[in-house]
Amino acid sequence: MSGVAGVDWTRKSAVEMAHALAAGEVTSVELTQAHLERIAAVDGTDTPSGVHAFLHVDAEGALSTAAEVDADRAAGKELPFLAGVPIAVKDVVVTRGLPTTAGSRILEGWIPPYDATVTRKLRDARMPILGKTNMDEFAMGSSTEHSGYGPTRNPWDLERIPGGSGGGSAAALAAWEAPLAIGSDTGGSIRQPGAVTGTVGVKPTYGGVSRYGVIALASSLDQLGPCARTVDDAAALHEVMGGHDPMDATSLNEPVPACLAAAREGRENGLAGVRIGVITELSGKGYQDGVKQRFEESLETLRGLGAEIVEVSCPSFSYALAAYYLILPSEASSNLAKFDSVRFGLRVERETVEKTMGATRAAGFGDEVKRRIILGTYALSAGYYDAYYGSAQKVRTLIQRDFAAAFAEADVLVSPTAPTTPFKLGERLDDPLAMYLNDVATIPANLAGIPGMSLPAGLAPEDGLPVGFQILAPAHEDARLYRVGAALEAALVAEWGGPLVSQAPELAVAAKGAQR
Amino acid sequence: MSTLSRADVARLASLARIDMTDEDLDRLSGQLAAIVDAVAQVAEVAGEDVPATSHPIPMANVHRPDEVRPSLTQEEALSGAPQAEDGRFRVPQILGEEA
Repeated sequence: MSGVAGVDWTRKSAVEMAHALAAGEVTSVELTQAHLERIAAVDGTDTPSGVHAFLHVDAEGALSTAAEVDADRAAGKELPFLAGVPIAVKDVVVTRGLPTTAGSRILEGWIPPYDATVTRKLRDARMPILGKTNMDEFAMGSSTEHSGYGPTRNPWDLERIPGGSGGGSAAALAAWEAPLAIGSDTGGSIRQPGAVTGTVGVKPTYGGVSRYGVIALASSLDQLGPCARTVDDAAALHEVMGGHDPMDATSLNEPVPACLAAAREGRENGLAGVRIGVITELSGKGYQDGVKQRFEESLETLRGLGAEIVEVSCPSFSYALAAYYLILPSEASSNLAKFDSVRFGLRVERETVEKTMGATRAAGFGDEVKRRIILGTYALSAGYYDAYYGSAQKVRTLIQRDFAAAFAEADVLVSPTAPTTPFKLGERLDDPLAMYLNDVATIPANLAGIPGMSLPAGLAPEDGLPVGFQILAPAHEDARLYRVGAALEAALVAEWGGPLVSQAPELAVAAKGAQR
Repeated sequence: MSTLSRADVARLASLARIDMTDEDLDRLSGQLAAIVDAVAQVAEVAGEDVPATSHPIPMANVHRPDEVRPSLTQEEALSGAPQAEDGRFRVPQILGEEA
């Protein structure tokens, strides 16, 4: 435990850290050092007890940013709210001078020559970047087992998956290795890891956060967002990340949502007059009993806060998973064509450039990436395009219509985030279709471009593992997520006596000074 | 909808420039056929009258000012290349491979 005057700063929220920094109770160097020590103690990759949330730790860079912030604060300079609060960044986001692999061996050793817009925003916000977090290769997966660098383990139970693709970011939060993290959500990769690790994750409205410098998976679905342990922390990070960027043609040209103010409103004034729609198709069959139980209890809590609960039906959702697994591979097969052994990354040299590409991509990509590239190549090929990709795009329209009808009845929609609590590592690795079912409740939001949040709803009674509660809002109405999420969180945390993640078992700590 | 054969997978892999061994094809083609069968259901619901959605939040004519700005230097742009020579990306033989 790294104590400064007996306080373990890693256990604080990011907002608490920001206030303590401003009040001079702690320095950014102390905070950053405490997190680096925590990473050294619990993240080790060589033992089965390591969380392995990080692919790369940048102690030197983080401490140098921290020292600059401390010096500026001592000199009385004006600083952004989160200045000095450390953060972890998913390895899909390009960071100048820091290795970036997107979890793929094909990018092993690549050092980007530029920063993503989001990276630049973190640097402008003066937040020390602790390192890059593990993920399924090119964000394809729901368990982080498809990482080219070995899986991340769930801090609640090291034999279980931390969700995916952003398992590294979520696990880093749950293991107290970082107070905040960046995630990316193409079909649930922020929300589902949040659900299974007892943390908070938000996918903003499509276009709400710039994607310039983010390694693309499926461009009509990808969205960056905040990962945190509390709704307020996610709100503060969302406000740092969001906003228009001329470098991203899909970036929304509108003000950043007032996330912190919405959270305060929900926490202080409750939810009187708010209509909450329960999506019939996203509960019931296929959902674990304990997940359903905690979901229904949360609905009662919301009712107690003054909300009106209504039921809404979205019949086309039964086709969402199929449409998603056509659209995503189609777009990914095109986006991943850039890994051709010419400009960056791996090259397995053969006598011609074409044979070199084939050998490089065979060696550099894992099985899940190969499956999806081939599936996408098929779905886009002549003679099949209309039946597959074309039909999937029509399903997308039907899903948008279902959402439009549902949002006419309700201000926000809710469901469990994932059908089950985290399963064992390896359990679904050889059954891609079973793996894809994890995303059944999160995918519709990506297809429609609307914002969504997952926050902890408690532990499933049968296995003691975290359950996630999902809130969805209409496009551009991200603030509603924070209003409803903060109200629910405040009520649940009062019941639990602290954030859910405080109930996670203590991790075995490596000997002091042990390095990864 | 016809299911995906092993030969189909081999042809698609070559189109996608991913070399596959017999063992790769054995492992992946069964899984891919099962996935294709499962996703083919999208054709059941999508009627003629339903328009396609390609992007969730429609936008048109997105411009930014056409101004000269700093960019990567040649050295930076080549910094990640497996091989570079005389300020260019160096690749193995391109032409004549079909001969």
